[in-house]
Amino acid sequence: MLNWIAEQIVLYWSIFRYLIPAVPWTVLITITSFALALILGLIISIIRIWKIPVLSFLAGVYVNVIRGVPLLVHIFFIYFGLGKYLNFDRFTAGVLAVGICYSAYLAEIFRSGLEAISHGQYEAAMSLGMTRFQTLRYVVIPQSLRIVIPPSANEFIASLKDSSLVSIIGLRELTRAGREYYSQFFTDFQTWIMVGALYLIMTLTLTRVVKYLERLFAVKGFGSRTT
Amino acid sequence: MITVKNMTRRFGTMAAVDEVSFDVDRGEVVVIIGPSGSGKSTLLRCLNALEEIDGGEIIIDDFIIDKRHKDIHQIRLEVGMVFQQFNLFPHLTVIENVMLAQRVVRKRSKAEARNKGMTLLAQVGLTDKIDAFPAELSGGQKQRVAIARALAMDPKIMLFDEVTSALDPEMIGEVLEVMKMLAAGGMTMMVVTHEIGFAREMADRVLFMEAGKIIESGIPSQLFDNPRQQRTRDFLGKVL
Ligand SMILES: Nc1ncnc2c1ncn2[C@@H]1O[C@H](COP(=O)(O)OP(=O)(O)O)[C@@H](O)[C@H]1O
Ligand SMILES: [Mg+2]
Repeated sequence: MLNWIAEQIVLYWSIFRYLIPAVPWTVLITITSFALALILGLIISIIRIWKIPVLSFLAGVYVNVIRGVPLLVHIFFIYFGLGKYLNFDRFTAGVLAVGICYSAYLAEIFRSGLEAISHGQYEAAMSLGMTRFQTLRYVVIPQSLRIVIPPSANEFIASLKDSSLVSIIGLRELTRAGREYYSQFFTDFQTWIMVGALYLIMTLTLTRVVKYLERLFAVKGFGSRTT
Repeated sequence: MITVKNMTRRFGTMAAVDEVSFDVDRGEVVVIIGPSGSGKSTLLRCLNALEEIDGGEIIIDDFIIDKRHKDIHQIRLEVGMVFQQFNLFPHLTVIENVMLAQRVVRKRSKAEARNKGMTLLAQVGLTDKIDAFPAELSGGQKQRVAIARALAMDPKIMLFDEVTSALDPEMIGEVLEVMKMLAAGGMTMMVVTHEIGFAREMADRVLFMEAGKIIESGIPSQLFDNPRQQRTRDFLGKVL
């Protein structure tokens, strides 16, 4: 019995050591693609609420098309489909696929955050001589941020988990490393336990960070109706 | 100071403001009264370029707004506005509310904006509330902050749109006091209000609006006590 436990510990330890170098790749893919998603999502949500002819319509089409297609298909399309003409490396293709996919979800979150700001806020800012951009920058976005941080953070955590899908095109992140280990040593049970545990540690850590951020951004009395 | 000629604002086919003309002189206090839906808010909003006009023109000092010239940014710097619903910025403290536009629009330094803000907040009696958030204030206090915020931009004209209508009765007085102080200080003001007492005491002229038109205008004693138009008499009969 003791012997068995000792063996298991050694086994898990060796899996752990094998997987650890792949963790930074998972983190890097997630952060890069989420940064892309944030920028694209913000631009698209602003285009949508400003009701610019044609552009706003196209932004709506973008959101609905992207959200209606599975991430795995995005990955295949960008790496194999577009890759045929544009020659992306695996990392670029993976980041583009996850980033574009999540930009559509974030655009919807941002849009509802922007729409939650009452018309009176825009009028007050404009009557003080602020431009449309200044109104967004100093009045609307700071308020919307508090609304959109929790759901956006959930999307960030989801995108960390979804980054495992890019293992399919051979990007050596955590899930890919797990498959490699398992195909060498055939310890499927322990390998996937360890892969899962590593994802869990990352997502739980992020959840803590999000809670902290929410407290940081909270404003006394914020959210009351008559301002 | 303000000249309005044949100003029209339509929503669909309905003219909310219908070929309205009037002048306001420097230092004058003009009160606008009239039934709900008569176009009082729309008129003020046109003067602050929150609504585009469909016809006529507005001349404020040397700036012209009409269908072609829409130099709305310049106009807004000249005109301050206070709203019924306060519209303070809820994520900023009282002093930050008063400083924001000074900083980003007037490009004043932090110290300068803060000084100006403190002076104005002292004038409206809110020195002890500078670090409070809007949600921590009473309605009367919020409205006084909104007035200070508009004044911080050094407007030449102040527009007030039913600024006491959302207040509990016991808070109306403190806001009217601030407005009286401004009027006494020579501010040019256009005030939409149902406070007939304020109009009698402070107005140089009262305009009565109905269905987008100015039906009658006159000094308060004439308009309230001897209205020339039957429609003015009917309206006053209901509200007095
Ligand atoms: N944004 C708008 N869209 C359509 N109709 C409007 C709008 N704003 C005001 N109106 C209409 O214009 C008329 C005048 O409104 P308003 O200026 O608010 O009147 P008041 O302030 O005198 O009550 C009303 O019939 C109102 O329904
Ligand atoms: Mg009104």
